[in-house]
Formats: sequence, C-alpha cells, structure tokens
Amino acid sequence: MTTLQDTVPETGPTASIVTNPAVLRLALVLTSIVVAFGVVPAIATDYWLSSIIIPTIVMGLAGISLNLLQGYAGLVSLGSAAFMSVGVFSAYNLILRAPALPLPVVLVLAGLTAAGVGIFFGLPALRIKGFYLGASTLGAQFFFQWLFTNYPWFSNNSQSLTISAPRLEFFGYDLQSPVGRYLLVVTVTALLIGFAFLVVKSRLGREWMAIRDMETAASVLGVRVASRKLQAYAISSFFLGITGVLWGFAYLGTADAHTYNLDKSFQVLFIVLIGGTATIFGNFLGAAFIVLTPILLDHLVLSANIAYLSDQGAITNLQRVIFGAIIIFILIKEPDGLSAWTRRGAEALRARLKT
Amino acid sequence: MSMLSKTIALATGALIVAATLNAPVQAQDATGQQLYPLFTYRTGPYAPSFIPFGAGNIDYLRYVNEVEGGVNGVKILVQECETAYTIERGIECYERYKNGFNGALTAAVYPHSSGLDVALTDKARADKIPIVSPGGGQNIATDGRVFPYQFPLIFDYWSEAQIIVDYIAQQVGGYEKLKGVKIATLYHDSGYGRDTIEPLGILSKKYGFEDIQIPVPHPGEQQQAQWQQIRRAGADWVFLRGWGVMTPVAIKTAARVGFPADRIIGDIWSGSEDDARPAGVAAKGYLAVSVFPPGTDYGIIKTLKEKIVDQGKSDLKDNSKFGTVYYNYGVIEAITFVEALRTGQQKFGNRPLTAEEGQWALENLNIDQKRIIELGAEGLISPLKTTIDNHKGETIAAKIIQWNGESWNTRTDWIKADSTLFADVIKAKAAAYAAEKGITPREAASN
Repeated sequence: MTTLQDTVPETGPTASIVTNPAVLRLALVLTSIVVAFGVVPAIATDYWLSSIIIPTIVMGLAGISLNLLQGYAGLVSLGSAAFMSVGVFSAYNLILRAPALPLPVVLVLAGLTAAGVGIFFGLPALRIKGFYLGASTLGAQFFFQWLFTNYPWFSNNSQSLTISAPRLEFFGYDLQSPVGRYLLVVTVTALLIGFAFLVVKSRLGREWMAIRDMETAASVLGVRVASRKLQAYAISSFFLGITGVLWGFAYLGTADAHTYNLDKSFQVLFIVLIGGTATIFGNFLGAAFIVLTPILLDHLVLSANIAYLSDQGAITNLQRVIFGAIIIFILIKEPDGLSAWTRRGAEALRARLKT
Repeated sequence: MSMLSKTIALATGALIVAATLNAPVQAQDATGQQLYPLFTYRTGPYAPSFIPFGAGNIDYLRYVNEVEGGVNGVKILVQECETAYTIERGIECYERYKNGFNGALTAAVYPHSSGLDVALTDKARADKIPIVSPGGGQNIATDGRVFPYQFPLIFDYWSEAQIIVDYIAQQVGGYEKLKGVKIATLYHDSGYGRDTIEPLGILSKKYGFEDIQIPVPHPGEQQQAQWQQIRRAGADWVFLRGWGVMTPVAIKTAARVGFPADRIIGDIWSGSEDDARPAGVAAKGYLAVSVFPPGTDYGIIKTLKEKIVDQGKSDLKDNSKFGTVYYNYGVIEAITFVEALRTGQQKFGNRPLTAEEGQWALENLNIDQKRIIELGAEGLISPLKTTIDNHKGETIAAKIIQWNGESWNTRTDWIKADSTLFADVIKAKAAAYAAEKGITPREAASN
C-alpha cells in the first residue's frame, strides 16, 4: 500500500477514476471484447476451442437462461433441456425447409418458437408454485422427447432420428471451422448477455424481483403478476432455444431427442446453483465448473501417471467421487455460489485501491 | 489479507489448470508407436457392459504387444479416455487424441457409441480421421463415397432383419412357407429401435409374412400391455430389439403371458449374458442374434487365456466374464484394428500409420477365411472385406445362439444376409444425405 502511494503521488484523481464503477465496468467490457474476439481465436488450439471453450460458453448461456427465470423471477423449471431441443429442431427444420433464411433470422425464429412453447408450459405457474410447478415443467421434458422420437418428420425422416448440423454460414462466410463456430457462439452470447442485462435492469426485471421476493406485495403495488410470469417463461425459453441451437450445431454437430434429456436440465440447474442465483456472469463460473472439473481431474490423473500404477476402473470412479465431493463442499461453504467469490474479490480489490 | 491470499490461491489454481490442460504429460516419448485411444465408459449406466468389452480390447492388444512383439514390430500404445457414454466427454476425448499423443500416431478412432459416431461425422470429415464402429455404426455410412471417414464395420440392423427372417424361414420349412406367419417386432422406442421398421416392411411384402411392430418406451420396465397385444395378435415369433433393462423384462413378461422363450429372438444388444441371466428360468430356450459369439473354445480366446489371463495380465477383475459376449466383442474389435494396421503397413511400410493411411487401410481390409484361420478366430468372426463402395464389409453374417439357463449355445452356423437386397435403398439414403449436406461423393478412381 505504501509503495503505491510513494510511486503515484496524485493518488486522489487516479484512484477515483480507477474506482469509479462505470469506468471500471466499461474497461471490463472492452477487455472482454478484445479477449473474446481477438486474443482467444488467435491463440486457442482446436482442442481448447472445440472441447473446452465452446461448451463452457454455451452451458453458461443456458445457465443465464434459467437464471432469468429462477434467479430473477423466482419461478422454477426442470424442463430447460426441452426448450433447448425445441430450439434446435426448429432451427434444423427452418434451414432445411426455408434455405433462403440467413442464420441470424433462423436463430431468432428458433428462439421465438421456444418462447411460444415456454409460455404454454409456463401457464401452470399462474396457479401453482414451488415444487409442484417444478413437477409440471417436467411435462415439457417428457413431451418433447416423445414428440421428436415419434414423429420422424422433425428429423427429416433420418434413420437414427438424429439431426446433423447444417452448414453454418453467415453472409457467405463459412463458420464450420472451430474458430468459426467459436465466433458464432461468442457473438450470439455477447448479444444475449447484453439483452439479459437490459431485461434485468429494466422495469420488467425489477418487477420480476418484486414478484420473487413477495408476490402479494408486488400485486398490491400494481405489478401485473400473471403476464410478468409468462414473460419470464417466454424470455427464458427464447434464450434456451438459441442455446439449444448453439449446443447442437456449434458444439456437438448433431442433436436428437436424447441429447436434451433430463440430465441436461439438471446440469443447467446445477450451473445456476453453483454459479449463483440472480447473477449473469456467475453462470459462466458454474458452467466452467461443471464442464471442466471432470476433464481437469482426468488430465491430473494423466499427468501424475498414476493410471499406470493403479486400476484404471477404480481411478475413473474415484474421479466421479471427487467431483461430487467438490460440489457438496462448494454448496456448503458458498451457498450463494461461485459468483459470491468474484463479487467479494472485486469489492476487496476496490477497497484496496481506494486506500 | 485473507482475501488477497484467496485471490492468489485462485490465480495459482487457474494457472495449474491451464498448465495441465496445455501440456498434459511430460511422460516418456512414444514416437514410433501406434496410438489406440480407448474410449471407455467405466462409469455411468452402461459400465457393466463396457468392463468386459474394454478388457477384451486391452487383452488382445497386450497379447499383440507382449507376445507377438507388436504389429510387425510397431507397439500399440493404449490410452484410455473416459466418456461415461456421453457425447460431450466423447468429443473431448476425440479432440484430445485426434492428433496423436507424445509422438504416437492416431490411425483411427473407435468411439464406442453410436451417438458419438454420428456426432463425430462432420468433425472427422474435416480432420480426415477414420471413425470405426464395429456393430454400431450408421448404416448409410456404408457408402464410402459419401462417407470417406466412417466405417460401420461388421453389422447393421437391416441385415439383422434379413437374418431373422432367414432363420424363421428355415424353421418353418422355407421362404415359401412364410406366407401368413406372424412376426412381431418389439422395439425400444428410439432411433436404434425404429431402424428395423423399414426393412421388415420391405421383407414382409416380399415374402408375405405378417409384420407387427410394437414399441416399448424407454427404459421398458413395464411391458404387460405390449405382451398382451402380442398374444392377442397371435404372433408366431417375436423379434426383440431391446436395450438395457428392457430385455430381461421382456423375457419375464413373455413367460407370464405364456409366450414360449424359444420363439423370441433377441437383437445383438439383447443377446449378452447380462440380458438373459436376470430373467432367470424364464430365459431358458431364449434365442438371440450373435455377431460376437461367446465361448472360450476359439483358438485366439484359448491363447489369450494362456498368455494373458493365466499370467495375471488381463484387464478383467472378474474372470467369470472371460469369453462372454462382450469380452469376445472387445477381442473382435481389437482384431479389426490390428488387421487394419497390418493392411496399411503392407502398403506404407512397417511403421505407425497416419490417419490418412489408416483410412486407406480400413477401406482395403480383407480378412478372408485363410487369415481368420491364421488368427485362430475361426467361428469367432466371419470374413470381412471393405471397399470404397462398402465400408461395412461385403458379406454380413450372424449366428443364432440359445440360452440354456446358464450360458449361450451356438444354434446355427453363420447366416449370411443378402447384401444386394437393400443396397440400392441405402445408396439412395446416402445420396439424399450428400444432397442435404452439399457433399460431392468421391469417385472410386480417386483412391
């Protein structure tokens, strides 16, 4: 601290610029843009892009989608993956049957289709709450898995009921390469994050939080609870629809009803729980944790060379045990999720800079 | 201060993460070896079938390395990668090993999952890495002109439908007697299960048997209604296309409604010891299609017992799994890999093959009867010959096996499917795929 004061005599004004939240935020946003669009594509290898960065970003986006519903509006959903599957099957059929549509339009239409479905499955939220509402959203999960299995029309009568990613291009620019797919993912994600912030900071977002915190009080204050709840389902499902397209087409390269099963819905839920509710960036921490920890453990085993010393089956199972233990540890130690760490870290940093 | 130390700890952690992911291993250099990335699922719901399957793979490769001194001197480096049978982890494994490992070259990738096989199709096409799925590949990928890098070796469900009909024809006294016979297909309601609807429809028109299709929703723990339907329809035979718990439940429910077990013929994924044994006495007499015949009497299986298992070098923890369907499946799969390496080495020299050379080798495989006898695999595998036109193998064959209450007995010799019957339909599907994806099929001369 003293050294800082010694080397920088004009502590006052410098510190005020540094600690000014608006400036800080702008700097953060600019750095993120430079890193996301410049640094990452330039230095990341295929392995990093295809199997680490893309899935983490897309799952983070799925976390944001659910967080809008659960963290901000206080509603629950166990059908996240179903809305993702609606998105990917819509996009596939749009590209197949209306090839003239450019990719951004397809993405928006896929999102809107998912939003429509989300409103429909959100209707029970007008009557029931909590656990019972969660159970009713499970209906979406099972309904769409059944629909896409039983009506091969959705997968263009593919033999295995699997759809394979169409050629991804944007005004003639080929997005098939790992860098292309990454740029697609990161661009869509950046736009959606911006949209999410707008929503959360708007009157809509504030009213969601009012409903979440006390529904009766909110309705007394004149919040139109019913339509706000349906809007929450619509917007969350719009995000999930687009996320589903990215997961299927930009990451996996394929999709079927099973890709978006109940496990995926739970994964999205865990991302929200581990990342932290009612945050935007926390979801990426949650996603990174869920996607990367198993891979990291595997790499640690590989680099420690213990696979040669011990039974491979036992090691593989042990990794799962450790992964589960870490989750329990985090949920006990940090019930507010990993985003609480960064928030406290940022506050501490700002406090230090101020002094 | 504690916050600062926490931040430092976090940053250190992040650095370790980055370092481990970037440079996973400073282990011994493996240049001059051939990599075999073994995609495992030792965890998750399907682990019980992987464990003997993986062991069959590993044991055969250990035998080739340690007893035969490698493939013409080239050692095979087995590197495991756990997918837990999920596509996400499978993609990570593919990306991790597609370019080799510590200098060992990747010639081919065996994804060990039909879903992953499909997911890797576009990536493999771009990376020029052969994807090999013995017994579990995409049937349309038989057409190597449209799918240069997919190898759905050995088997497909359309041929299986033919083999079933052929077996039933033998039992009723010839194809002309099939008229009026009722064959019900009880299938797992998924892409896999639905795959036999179309070929059975064609076969039913051709031979005049009555084709009854009945779906069972996943996972299939409750089948009373379906079996009542089979009884009411008066089915003579049931083709059971099960998966997981669906198979033993089907066998037990059949017994409850009084349908004889020896009129039920299981699919290749309904024909392991773990499919029949849980059904108890109800399974006695149950039949199944087998492409990976169980048993310990085959030459190579006996050799593995002597040189690997009895030496304590086997990957099996439970030796009762030795010679089971899944163990032998693993051995057969490893044989296809080693024979592909040999084929490639004849053209490119006795050294590790690149993926491009692996593609050529897999497309020019010819494991004929003479070679099968040399391998000690007579009765274990049927001849396998691939070409640019046919990435599956020109003759597809399977045996029918029967459960005696304790183990499987072989009931028939190889029954061959008529490869010409569906060839045009599959070609047309491949052409439609090529049109949808904007792919120009290769010409035979280009290779």
